[in-house]
Amino acid sequence: MKLLLTEDEVMLQDAAAGFFRDKAPVTELRKLRDTEDATGFSRGLWQDMAEMGFSGILIPEEHGGNDMGYRAMGLVAEEMGKNLSASPFLSTAILAATAIRKGGSAEQQAEWLPKIAGGSTIMALALDEGGKHNPAKTATTATPSGNGFRLNGAKAMVVDGHVADKFIVAARTSGAVGDPDGLSLFLVDPKSKGVSTERTIMADSRNAARIVLDDVEVDGDALIGETGKGGEILDLVLNAGRAALSAELLGSGSQAFENTVEYIKERKQFGRIIGEFQALQHRASHLYSEIEVCRSAVLAALSALDMGLPDAGTYVSMAKAKLGNVARLASVEGIQMHGGVGMTDEFDVGLFAKRIRVAQEMFGDTNYHLEQVAQSKKF
Amino acid sequence: MSDLDKFRAETRAWLEENCPPEMRKPVKSDEESCWGGRNWVFTSDDQKIWLERMSAKGWTVPTWDEKYGGAGLTRAEEQILKQEMKRIGARSPLSSFGIWMLGPALLKFGSEEQKLEYLPPIARGEIRWCQGYSEPGSGSDLASLQTKAEDKGDHYLVNGQKVWTSYADKADWIFCLVRTDNSGSKHEGISFLLFDMTTPGVEPKPIKLISGKSPFCETFFTDVKVPKENLVGVEGQGWNIAKYLLTHEREMIGDIGLGRSVSEMAVDYMGLEDGKLPDPILRGEIAQAEVDDWAFKMTMMRMLSEAKAGVSLGAKSSMLKYYGTELNKRKFELLINAAGGDGLEWEGERSNDGHLARTWMRTKGNSIEGGTSEVMLNIISKRILELPGG
Repeated sequence: MKLLLTEDEVMLQDAAAGFFRDKAPVTELRKLRDTEDATGFSRGLWQDMAEMGFSGILIPEEHGGNDMGYRAMGLVAEEMGKNLSASPFLSTAILAATAIRKGGSAEQQAEWLPKIAGGSTIMALALDEGGKHNPAKTATTATPSGNGFRLNGAKAMVVDGHVADKFIVAARTSGAVGDPDGLSLFLVDPKSKGVSTERTIMADSRNAARIVLDDVEVDGDALIGETGKGGEILDLVLNAGRAALSAELLGSGSQAFENTVEYIKERKQFGRIIGEFQALQHRASHLYSEIEVCRSAVLAALSALDMGLPDAGTYVSMAKAKLGNVARLASVEGIQMHGGVGMTDEFDVGLFAKRIRVAQEMFGDTNYHLEQVAQSKKF
Repeated sequence: MSDLDKFRAETRAWLEENCPPEMRKPVKSDEESCWGGRNWVFTSDDQKIWLERMSAKGWTVPTWDEKYGGAGLTRAEEQILKQEMKRIGARSPLSSFGIWMLGPALLKFGSEEQKLEYLPPIARGEIRWCQGYSEPGSGSDLASLQTKAEDKGDHYLVNGQKVWTSYADKADWIFCLVRTDNSGSKHEGISFLLFDMTTPGVEPKPIKLISGKSPFCETFFTDVKVPKENLVGVEGQGWNIAKYLLTHEREMIGDIGLGRSVSEMAVDYMGLEDGKLPDPILRGEIAQAEVDDWAFKMTMMRMLSEAKAGVSLGAKSSMLKYYGTELNKRKFELLINAAGGDGLEWEGERSNDGHLARTWMRTKGNSIEGGTSEVMLNIISKRILELPGG
């Protein structure tokens, strides 16, 4: 496993860093929030990201992508994390693209992957149902009906759900609630009869939605993969999503930390620059060490995915568990070390804290992933 | 076949031919390692043969120049040698502070005469070295050291006391930090001296630790005469050499392994109930430690690759030292938790003379020796984060 960036990767990193710094810095997120933007992200930005090739990063060339892989995905996500850039990158370019690429039929791939890569379609994964991520607890049902299925249930935390052109809905075709098997994935049009969508604005000023499915009828060709085999596809989808979130957390956590170090080099109290105080120096240095260790964890998890290692899922869980903790520490320490101004909306550190908390929760918090680690290591 | 492939094939053949079977078994304790030196008693003929053969090849110090007892290998060749030794489980032929610490310092700061005089006996395992750094009043604040070396014309007269001198009672020579000048700042006036431990006035005394027996000593110097030519580098500028060596030492201490994972050992101690460790809170803490351990190992790998690509580790070695030692302490606390009373047995065969308990106690020193965690955090603050003050 190579834990050094290649020259190509450094070039991509530089390009992504410049792109998000110019086009989607934190001030853009503030603007979207303060103008109560109906979309919650800039469609212009998403088009620009498509032109940069970011939307096709996990899509094969024959379907209009560049297939640069997971490490490249992580580099882009990290830069987005540093700038708190809002876009459908996670929902569409990672989650939906992986679901269709890994589970979809040739027809589904040919239809949807070019649209995702081109930035013309937004898709949302409707998986979680309660506050805590737990795919096995999926209660939404899909029962055979005519030549298709009838869906019933309620979904929460559906990222970009309020603007999606298509949902990918996880529903139970067999087994009881709590059974990890028996799930299937369906492409659902949000405009179908029986679908109601409520936009939920989250603490991080980003979008999610709650979706109710009330006797929603879908055709048989809406199924992604085989009936009851959705769990296997979901594993791949979630690994990609969790790895991207870990990379994003690395970006947000390290940026919150950099802002904090910069601040304690300027702020004076008791006639001294507060960064001279050892109480702050040691906490900053501890955080620095943790973030360096996180950088390796993220790179190793992404590499494991690229290499297709059989235990890549465990690597991803370890990275997500680690990043969840450390990014949270970076944000709460960041606020405390900023002092009073850390509590004001004017300073960015609070925005980082809110996004970090949401990203940490999404697709499994630290405890969820520690449990996965313990189970995979059989203890 | 490329040159490196050819080197690999030759190395593999030579090792197969020359590494005695006894030397392909894992080292179980410090006592089984070969430390060399004037008074060394080989534990077996195989140990002696292995050292002789390897040092004749220059492979105890493969990257050193041939005139200094090495083989002049490139980094890539050295890597191949390591891989091939690992492949057959070959032991390191020689454990040596001379190789790990003094050698690199002499190569960087020593005169040509000193290199020719001191390096070959290190490479052959003939002279065993110890390190005289810390003093009773100078631990974290090492630069405040007071062991005095007075200029007496053709020699220095050394008086003072060192502490934590590992294996001082077994070493032949010492490399030692002394104060040659008291007039400037504490970092100035420190010099780096080499002298024979059999010189009259040198007296080492072993220290017993909270973990029991230890290699550490206190070492006293009373009117020890050290020839002037034994000064390394410039008089009064020994602190630069000290700092260089401490960076080396920190890289080594950061890398402490258990061999097995905490969770595997905890399962041995506690067993499983319904496939899980029976204490759910401890189970969570162990899972967190496993994650941190993996992430730290990946970090060691990443830093090693960076170093190989020519990016100097610099102050990052302080980060590795801090993180690795704190993590190691945490892991042993968890192991003692898992083992309970059984893990606290101090003597007797059942506990292998309290192996776990003594190691647990010994790890407490990891975050003190070679620079405390607090000093490591100071270094990160100043040199990496560039925070003001101090």
